[in-house]
Formats: sequence, structure tokens, C-alpha cells
Amino acid sequence: MIRFLLRRLAISVLVALSVSIVAFALLRMSGDLAQELAGERATAEQVEAVRVANGLDRPLPVQYLDWAQRALRGDLGVSLFSGEPAASLIAARLPVTATLALTSMALALALAVPLGVIAATRPNSWIDRVSLMLAVFGQAIPNFWFGLILMLVFGVYLRWTPISGSDTLAHFVLPSVTLGLSAMPAIMRMTRSGMIDALDADYVRTARAKGLLMPAVLVRHALRNAVLPVVSITAVQLGALLGGSVVVESVFALNGIGQLAYQSIQRLDFPVVQAIVLMVSFIYIVLTFLSDIANARLDPRIRLA
Amino acid sequence: MTMPLLEVEGLRVTIDGPAGTLRAVDGVGFSVGRGETLCLVGESGCGKSLTALAAMRLLPRAARMTADRLAFDGLDLTSLPERALADLRGRRMAMIFQDPMTALNPVHTVGDQLVEVFDRHRLGSRAEGRDRAVRLLERTGVRPAAERMGQYPHQLSGGLRQRVMIAMALMGDPELLIADEPTTALDVTIQAQILRLLRELQREFALGLLLITHNLGIVARVADRVAVMYAGRVVETGTPSEVLGDPRHPYTRGLLSCLPGAGRGPRGSRLGAIPGVVPSLVGPVDGCLFRNRCGEAEADCATTAAEAPRTLAPGRIVRCLKAGVTA
Repeated sequence: MIRFLLRRLAISVLVALSVSIVAFALLRMSGDLAQELAGERATAEQVEAVRVANGLDRPLPVQYLDWAQRALRGDLGVSLFSGEPAASLIAARLPVTATLALTSMALALALAVPLGVIAATRPNSWIDRVSLMLAVFGQAIPNFWFGLILMLVFGVYLRWTPISGSDTLAHFVLPSVTLGLSAMPAIMRMTRSGMIDALDADYVRTARAKGLLMPAVLVRHALRNAVLPVVSITAVQLGALLGGSVVVESVFALNGIGQLAYQSIQRLDFPVVQAIVLMVSFIYIVLTFLSDIANARLDPRIRLA
Repeated sequence: MTMPLLEVEGLRVTIDGPAGTLRAVDGVGFSVGRGETLCLVGESGCGKSLTALAAMRLLPRAARMTADRLAFDGLDLTSLPERALADLRGRRMAMIFQDPMTALNPVHTVGDQLVEVFDRHRLGSRAEGRDRAVRLLERTGVRPAAERMGQYPHQLSGGLRQRVMIAMALMGDPELLIADEPTTALDVTIQAQILRLLRELQREFALGLLLITHNLGIVARVADRVAVMYAGRVVETGTPSEVLGDPRHPYTRGLLSCLPGAGRGPRGSRLGAIPGVVPSLVGPVDGCLFRNRCGEAEADCATTAAEAPRTLAPGRIVRCLKAGVTA
């Protein structure tokens, strides 16, 4: 187990390193940042002045090392727009996005796993068809439309929930439903197909031959095996949610990471964009690491390999 | 005469497919007495595994079953509710399967999977369950038992896993053990060990044993009685000496000629093979199903009368027009 963890950790560090290089390189390749910053009507001298002032005249590897060194110390640069540190800009927005991500994921899991299990026990039954339809809806309906409809029905007509902002947990209900519905289908399909495989497995027949009752057969034997890929996909989905949803945050006026990323890209605020890309990749890396640990906990074939 | 432990009469299992309804098991009947070993012999696809699963009421969803009689210790298994069936399974009737590599759950320890039977049937405390599990592992040769309890299936060889399956089947102290090709997936050297173990345990625990196999060589060593299956039907029953020594059905004779050694024919003679293939069991069938491969077939073999069982003596039944004729 220790060796497994160390190996995974080493891989995570390597991935983090390469991601930071790619993130850095992509932004630099997207155009002449000095020209963009100086503006269209700037003279060549002005552009050069901006270039030198921002350190953009140095060779790329030097720029990268400089940036990476600061990043390691927690200094992700300063917003070109407001002059605030990028790190504090992100820290201010993260709670909103994290709350939204966690509630959405909780909702998605609460819906996807039971539905997937029930659907797998009765393939082609009405409940299987209904949950499949729900999954298709979840994937096909655009978030902005579904969000607006929810807002209209529950916020405007019924007045059950607030429609915008992030002051109380009630503010998160509609955006969570919106995002949760779009995160649900992949998890449900994974649960369903995993359960169908597991229920067909010899060990489930053995479990039944032992006289075990359906709940134990389903949960302790089938789901316990089917849940392994579900853990992995949940980690990926949670990463996506923590990266912020521009659409849902816009619709419900939530001031989260998605909004910040969108604004920063529009303003060419490259230190902030870089910081967000770096943070999101780190979240992915950490989540992948955690899901590896979870899978090792759940599957002795990984743990004891 | 006391009531048999397992009674099967007119068992039919059909599977609906795109080409029609497959009659996988077509009127099978046999019985297993207390402490008796019945070998159900036949080639792949003859319906013997489905027969075993039907006896446990564990047929796959796609299969449909009817039976004139399917009873365990007088209890009608066809009408028993699922909960009552589950109470029997693992407790009074247990089953082990062909492939020990996949029959155990990969994510639970050997010990947990054994004790689970004990817990499910409320046979005692957890400590008592662990005690029994360790004793049974020890007895089935999974040593050192205490250490093996904490291991996972993937850490054990195929032979050990089958021993674990056997130990698990004995956790509930069952009266009937159904073993579906328990040695087929194992190395030849291991096969003999597992078979010997099964025979010993059958006596020790006074088990009614329904042993399903395609290997006639096994039959002579373990069986009290034999039932030979062909194309979903039992074509011949009797004691091993009757069936092996004086086979009355041409199919049984064919099977025997496929067996190497055993003093049939001179040393160095060619191993036999039964010509032809099993007829399709989709759609209606009549007459003797072996007639297209049988060297002795006549026109009468296509009639319905040809498939009727003929009782030569108590427990000696043959489904062949010429059953009365000694070979």
C-alpha cells in the first residue's frame, strides 16, 4: 500500500509539473501579450516598454522558471486589471464554486447511484426507461435553458427559492439542481452498466447460492464491485464542477471561479488566467490521487498487487 | 423407503431465443437420497448445469422452468416463495461451481465470505462463525487456515479457491451439496485431490451429493448411482457397475469408448469418438434425439415411443427402443 501510494504521488507530481509547463506555454502562444496589453493604438516603443515592464522580453524558459518559483511560494502573480494578487482573487471566489460543486455532486450521486442500481436489476423495465430518459435529458438540455426554467418556475412563480446571488444555502438550490442534473447521467450510466456486469458475475450467483437476500447481494457483492469505476468518474466530474461553470454561475449570478475565468480571459488578465488554469489542474490532480486511494481501499487487487 | 432428499421429475427448462424456444432441459427426472452420491453425466450443452441451477432455483432470468415435481426433503421448490428458498440455500442445500477463479468475490476476504453464510443463517455468534470457518478451511486443506482467512481470492491458486468454495458450501452444515463440474477448470493433478476431498467430505458430513460432470472416469470412483444426460434428457440411469459395465444406451456406449484405458479394447487401439453432432433443440422435437448419430438406429427410432423411458429394474431406466437387448 505504501509503495502504491508513493508511486501514485510521484506520478501526480510529474503530471503537475507538465501541466504547469503546458498551461504556461499555451497562454504565451496565444498571441503577443505585450501587444495586446499595450492596446491596438500603441506605438512600437510603448509595446516594447510594456514588454520589458512585464518581463516578457526574457527567454520563455526563464519566464517559466521565474513564474513557477513564485507559484511554489504561493505567489501566482498580480491581476493586470485590478492589481490584486491572483491568489486572493481566486480564494475569494472559491467558496462559492466549491459549495456549488459539492451540493451538485451530492445531488447527482444521490440520484445516479440508486437509479443505476435499480435500473440494472430490472433492465428494460419502466424504471430503467425512465432513468435512461432522465439521463438523456440531463445530457441534452443546455444548462442555461434548464437553469432559466427552474428559476422561472420555482423562483418567480412559486417563490420557493431565491433566484440569484449566493448569500444563503437556499441560493444554491436551483444552481445545484441544474448542475447536478448534468453531472448525473455519466455516473448513472456507469453505475448501471457496472451493476449489470456485476449481477451477471459468477460471484453474485455464489452469493445467491449462499442464501443471501437481495439487499446483501446487491450492495455487498454487486455494488461493491461496480462502484470502482463510479468512484473514478465521480472524481473527474467533481474536478469539472470545481473548475467552475461559466454558464450556471452567469445565469444565477454566482460570483465563482467560472465567472472570474471568463472575465479574466476577456480582459487579457493573463496572470489570473494562468493561476486559474494551474489551480483547476491541481484540483484534478489531487482528486485523481484521492480516487486512486479510494480505489485501492476498495479493491484488494490494486492494493496488494 | 424414506423420502429422497432431492426429487426431480419432468423438469423442463426452456430459453427463448431469436431462433425460437430452446428446450435445454426436456423432462429430466432423478432423485438424490440422504448420504447418496448421484453423478449426472453428459457432454457440454446437454443441460446438466441448468438442471443443477434449476434444483437451486437459481436459473438465469432468461430461462423458464416447469417441473412435475421438484422437491427438497418434501418441500415443493417450485411453489416456495423466494425468501423461503433463500433460507434453504447455503443452509440445507449448497452449491459449488465450475470456475473457482470467478466464483469468489474479489473484494472480500476469504474469511468474510465464509462467515457470511453463518451470519446470514444465524447459526451462531461471529466468533463461532470464525471458528467454524477456520476448522473447515483446515479440513479442506486451505492452510494455514487462520492466515488464509484474511487473504483475498486473487492471492490463492485455483485449487485453493475451489477448496475455499467447498469450505464455504459446508458452512451451513447442508444436507445436499450440488457440485457443478467442480474439477473441470483445475489442473489434472489438482482434480484428483479435489475429487478425493469431495468423496471424503460426502461421507464425513453424510451429504447427499449431486455431482455434475462430463467425465465418466470420475463416476466409477465416487458415484452410488449414475444418470447419463443427452440433449436435455436423461437417457440412462443405474449404478456405476450397471452403467459402466453393461451400458444399454448407445450414447452411453459411445461415451465409454471415448474413455482412454479402463480395459476397454486392446492397448494401443484408437480412442473412440461419437460421429455427428447434437441435434438442434430449438423448436419441436420428437423421437430419440440420438438417432442421427446412432449406429443402430431404425425407422422406429423417430417415433414418440422411442423416447419413452423403459424400466429394466428399480433405478435402472433406459430411453432406447433396444434397451432390453444386451449389448
